[in-house]
Amino acid sequence: MSLGCVDTNGNARILSEFSSVSRRRRKEYCMYSDERQRSKAQNSPKHGRSALCQHALVLRDIRKSYGLTEVLHGINLQAGYGQVVAIAGANGAGKSTLIKVLAGAVPKDSGDLELDGRPLNLKGPRDAIRQGICTVYQELSLVPELSVTENLLMGVLPRRRGLIDWSAARARAREILSSIGFGAVDETAKTRDLSIAKQQMVEIAKALVSRPKILVLDEPSAVLSGSDLDCLYALIGQLRDRGTLVLYISHRLGEVLNLADRIVIMKDGCFVAELDPTEATEDEIITLMAGRQIEVIYPERRKSFGEPALTVEGLTRDGEFDRVSFLLRAGEVLSIFGLVGAGRSELVETIFGARGLHGGSISIGGNAKRFDSPAKAIKAGLALVTEDRKSTGLVLDHDVCENINLATMRGFLLSPSQRRANSEMMIKKLSIKPDRCRNMEAWKLSGGNQQKAVVSKWLLTNPSILILDEPTRGVDMATRAEIYQKIDELAAAGISILMVSSDLTEAVSMADRVLVMRNGRLVKELDAAETNEEEVLAYAIGGCGE
Amino acid sequence: MNEIDPIETAVPPPRLVSVRKGRLEAAGKDVTAPLILSLVVIALILVANPLTNGVFFTANNLTNLLRQMTTIPGLLSLGMLFVILTGGIDLSVGSVVGFSAVIAAIATVQWGFPVWLAFLLGIATGAFWGLISGSIIARFKLAPFVVTLAMMTFIRGLTYVFSEMSISTRDFPAFTTLGSAVVFGIPVSTMIMVVFFIFGAVFLNLTPLGRSTIAIGGNRETVRLAGISVPKGIITAYVISGICSGVGGVLLASRLGNIQPSLGGAFELDAIAACVIGGASLSGGKGTIQGTAMGVLILAVMNNLLSLRNVDTYWQSILKGIIIIVVVLIHSSSSKRRGQ
Repeated sequence: MSLGCVDTNGNARILSEFSSVSRRRRKEYCMYSDERQRSKAQNSPKHGRSALCQHALVLRDIRKSYGLTEVLHGINLQAGYGQVVAIAGANGAGKSTLIKVLAGAVPKDSGDLELDGRPLNLKGPRDAIRQGICTVYQELSLVPELSVTENLLMGVLPRRRGLIDWSAARARAREILSSIGFGAVDETAKTRDLSIAKQQMVEIAKALVSRPKILVLDEPSAVLSGSDLDCLYALIGQLRDRGTLVLYISHRLGEVLNLADRIVIMKDGCFVAELDPTEATEDEIITLMAGRQIEVIYPERRKSFGEPALTVEGLTRDGEFDRVSFLLRAGEVLSIFGLVGAGRSELVETIFGARGLHGGSISIGGNAKRFDSPAKAIKAGLALVTEDRKSTGLVLDHDVCENINLATMRGFLLSPSQRRANSEMMIKKLSIKPDRCRNMEAWKLSGGNQQKAVVSKWLLTNPSILILDEPTRGVDMATRAEIYQKIDELAAAGISILMVSSDLTEAVSMADRVLVMRNGRLVKELDAAETNEEEVLAYAIGGCGE
Repeated sequence: MNEIDPIETAVPPPRLVSVRKGRLEAAGKDVTAPLILSLVVIALILVANPLTNGVFFTANNLTNLLRQMTTIPGLLSLGMLFVILTGGIDLSVGSVVGFSAVIAAIATVQWGFPVWLAFLLGIATGAFWGLISGSIIARFKLAPFVVTLAMMTFIRGLTYVFSEMSISTRDFPAFTTLGSAVVFGIPVSTMIMVVFFIFGAVFLNLTPLGRSTIAIGGNRETVRLAGISVPKGIITAYVISGICSGVGGVLLASRLGNIQPSLGGAFELDAIAACVIGGASLSGGKGTIQGTAMGVLILAVMNNLLSLRNVDTYWQSILKGIIIIVVVLIHSSSSKRRGQ
């Protein structure tokens, strides 16, 4: 069906940058949802908010930037009550930011939100909840020391003569939990004593206490399994039938296909396609999620490599990763791709000696090593640019000179002139902006320049193996290209690069080989020249290819 | 003719201001805090003479002022600064002053130690207490406030175990020499304090260990991942604080001639106050030796002024409270960060 037809129905769906695949797949939304609504209305007479095709929630050209980096490039979405809309996308596609905008947790930069046809101006999370939009985040927000009852009814605890009526509160909590099928949770238990799955259920129950019109679930199934999952699926179906609009974010493509009425694919801050779950396949979703990224030109792959520089054998850390083995040669760029929580950061931090090792061996240049502190790893020629430069990469309140020299303070007396010269040299070499930032506090720099400062610190240690954990997260496009160029130069100079990346394009295009991790396991090693993004993502998700 | 002078319009507006601003920004140093502190010191000194009818600027009073500020806030603030830079706090400094003073006096009077050895013993006990506090905090990752609070009462109690009554050292002139000696109008004890401040500045700014203490307070995890030992930095800071308290205690004992086991009570408060007035942040990672020296001067001059004016001690206390709040307010408004 053509776009014109959609418009005549008064339901313009403005999805940006369709790929040819999605063009074929596009469904005429209104007719489709009409059918759904109608069939539902017939099936369930109790159906409440039944206005056909009325849009409960409208997002129009929502944009959001963090610093200089725009992460949402104009999001458009219309959704009605009684729907489950799944939003799928790889890491960093902007899903979390979109949710935060909807939850009022971060303000949007531009664009319009509409709820029930009225413009919605969210001033904060409380505002969103008052308007009927409740969000369950991936990270749990419960108070661990308080009981389930208190967490559920926080702010609305029943009172009698000014004091909290505990028996009424517990009864109310019991009622809430059993009414949504989470009766297995003990309402008197201290929240910290519950399993993560049960905590997640409490979290969802808490969101439902205020009877939201719109419920946003960010990967609710990530920590659930077995019967708990069934409970969740049943609950979502129940909410849909009651007329709640459920926005569902998930990596599990199987459940997305089963649960959702519509699937929206997000990539690089845009909605790139919408699929009909009755027709779509997992492969198709993966292809769309992987998409194409054209802004950055990657350097050519390197052709020859030297001797093995780093060999890890059966590396294990309980609960984080299990029996990981790989080999990294001199002058090679090896990327590790995986979804959030696959254990990649934990793996590289362990190799670097920042976390204790539970099993396996590490050898550098053929010599077995055991690092119980980063200091020893640095001495052996390792360097680790951590994932979060603000909390582990920089001392934000200290100046750039101080930060750049932090890992190379040796001997008895420091030479201020040497430190100045070192920092000036690195500022020039990596063109950290502004040029005269040596005495500026690190927090004043932009994200990309902060990242360059962290890289400078590690380059001064003269590493033979440079580990980069998400080197371009929150970095603007221009600086990205510079960082890629620098990585290529370093590799050409014989330095081995181990790069953890959640950016699919980067993980494939920048690397010589790609390691794919899933749930703490190294599931596949791929030659970057012969693989493609779809294949890598498929292994990371575990949807197909196994 | 209504001709507009092309030259007149083409001349750009003077750019002096923006260039100056640019230079300041390029330097990137926060110049406001030291500036404000210097202004406060100058203002205090300017009002000092008229307020005290000229007594302030007599040689006698100045010598007295210098001598009084040596231990408290002087040396104690210097040690406290290192601890505060790591993001900790040392509440035990007052008790350590009392303990060192009592030990030095007992060693001289009762155990018959030579005076120099007694002094060294007093200082060594200070270092020892710092080592204990620092090790507990670094090893078990306990809150510095709680650990040093416990050490404060522990050490004070132990001081009373050694001596329930005050000890007179008047029969040992060698003991009292150091505290009372004056060279060119400057007390020797004050000179020692100045030397400590200079050593402190060199240590903090020019040694890897010194830089690591301030970096630890700024971001502990970053420092750990940079291959620097965090426990070592923390222990070092508390040992420095202990040594400073030990030296402070010994100098005070030498000046007083009559040492009570209660000596040093509530000293920690003035030490913290001087650091904070000097721009140190209790959350760590921020503070300078110069700033702390300024804080010491401000507190000392203020105490001296108020005493000369015969202001009641409780009014002194009230004024001190107000000054601390005002100065800290100025500091915080001049260093707003990330809009938070």
